[in-house]
Amino acid sequence: MATMKFMCDAERCIECNGCVTACKNANEVEWGIQRRRVVTLNDGEPSEVSISVACMHCDDAPCIAVCPTETLYQRDDGIVLHDKDLCIGCGYCLYACPFGAPQFPTQSAFGERGKMDKCTFCAGGPAETKEEEYQKYGANRIAEGKLPLCAEMCSTKALLAGDAQTVADIFRQRVVQRGHKDGAWSGNPRADADNLAYDASRQG
Amino acid sequence: MSTPHTWLVFWRTLAFALVVLGSLSLSTTTALAQADPEREISTAVPAVDADVWRQVKSGETGANYRDSRFDSNYNLINASGETWRQIRNRWVSPFGMIAIGAMLAMIVLFYLIVGRKHLDEPRSGRKLLRWTILERSLHWSVATLFIVLALSGLNLLYGKFVFRPLFGDAIWASMMSGTKVLHNYIGPVFGILLVIILAKFLVRNLPKKHDWAWFKQGGGLIGKGRHPDADFANAGEKVWYWLLATAGLAVVVSGFVLDFPNYGQDRDAMQWANIIHAIGALGLTAVALGHIYIGTLGTEGSLEGMATGYVDETWAKEHHNLWYEKAKDQAVDVNDPGQPSLGNEPTSPQRSS
Repeated sequence: MATMKFMCDAERCIECNGCVTACKNANEVEWGIQRRRVVTLNDGEPSEVSISVACMHCDDAPCIAVCPTETLYQRDDGIVLHDKDLCIGCGYCLYACPFGAPQFPTQSAFGERGKMDKCTFCAGGPAETKEEEYQKYGANRIAEGKLPLCAEMCSTKALLAGDAQTVADIFRQRVVQRGHKDGAWSGNPRADADNLAYDASRQG
Repeated sequence: MSTPHTWLVFWRTLAFALVVLGSLSLSTTTALAQADPEREISTAVPAVDADVWRQVKSGETGANYRDSRFDSNYNLINASGETWRQIRNRWVSPFGMIAIGAMLAMIVLFYLIVGRKHLDEPRSGRKLLRWTILERSLHWSVATLFIVLALSGLNLLYGKFVFRPLFGDAIWASMMSGTKVLHNYIGPVFGILLVIILAKFLVRNLPKKHDWAWFKQGGGLIGKGRHPDADFANAGEKVWYWLLATAGLAVVVSGFVLDFPNYGQDRDAMQWANIIHAIGALGLTAVALGHIYIGTLGTEGSLEGMATGYVDETWAKEHHNLWYEKAKDQAVDVNDPGQPSLGNEPTSPQRSS
């Protein structure tokens, strides 16, 4: 069984927000909710770097561990999904998530947040019919044999999605091609010490 | 047929071929440059190094941090989320269960070994007004809300291990959403009532010198079994009061932080509020079990005080001797038809406190 993963190659991300738009369009996400975001560090400085972030479908997902209603669960292929019929809007997944992925439609008094929403890796969620699934969770592209639209539409192919092994192979190839002494992490003062490109070419 | 036109075509083709050749050799150079680590480093995104990731992990965002999500105040990595999860799931959750379980076990053991505390002397039949109708209403309102909040809180923390397998998804889902709504809407009411009842009972619960002696005698458990001195509230009741005045208020305040996300407090604030809320509430629930035991099964004559408002003179003399001395003049005879009947205290109750 494949393990599905996202990976954003920060060296390639040009902060175009195409992934954000693609996601919004593919899943018809509720107003006010944006399942994917692009974070830019050191904007306007020479060291500016951008990365696209959404649910990373963690192996040991903190959101699953803290959810009081077992709304969140992990499929065999590693995709973390949520069951909107169980969600009570307590917000614990939001406190725990390392990536700020879970979002709520409202933030009202008495903890009235509505039902949590987050990236589904374009794999929909539990529902009786296809229509209900689309309405609650958005597209189920995985069931159609397609990858998440954000990654498919990424203009620079910075955002990769798919089987962890395939994603890792593509990234490893890039690292070799780039030929950095320190792999992807250029500018590392310890570049001479660990030649990741060399290691990658041997493993790839 | 060499017309000027053909020559033009020839020279054009030649020039084009040269350009193509030139650009080909140029692109070869570029490809070679890409394979050269030194050249690549000079054009690559610099300094995505350990220091950058350390800064990301620390949660600092800085002036040049951008997040494309509307109205987002999130950093890139919410590192404290994992800390919160570990504290909640590894410490608070199991030890809360242990505290409550241990308290229940202790109470059962105490009841089986020591048994109920009966009155030493027979009842006199004369009663003293101990709790006015307002005080009893306050007490039972706070008590009811406390129990509802404790049960719903316990359900939020431990329910998924018990009720989902027991009831199945459909019942369990509505049970959990009801629990959350109940907890979130009743909580603030409890908070307000708690502040009122604390203010009302403050004066009686100020620590006095004789409280120290009460502690040394373990509330009468240690020594000859003689009752230590106690005023309206004994030292044990004062401890319960001050637990509610400290931990109780902490639970109320942290509950407000959790219950009103509309004020825009961030994740870190809510993580800490949740830990304080859980530890305080679990601790108070454990101690409340003790309070409930002593007030009902554990002591003869206590519950009737909070139920009817009146306690027997003997009970007052034994458990609250200093208060009895002050209040004994107002004792009423239950058998005397001239006296007001129990449960309907005089319209303006006279009671020394």
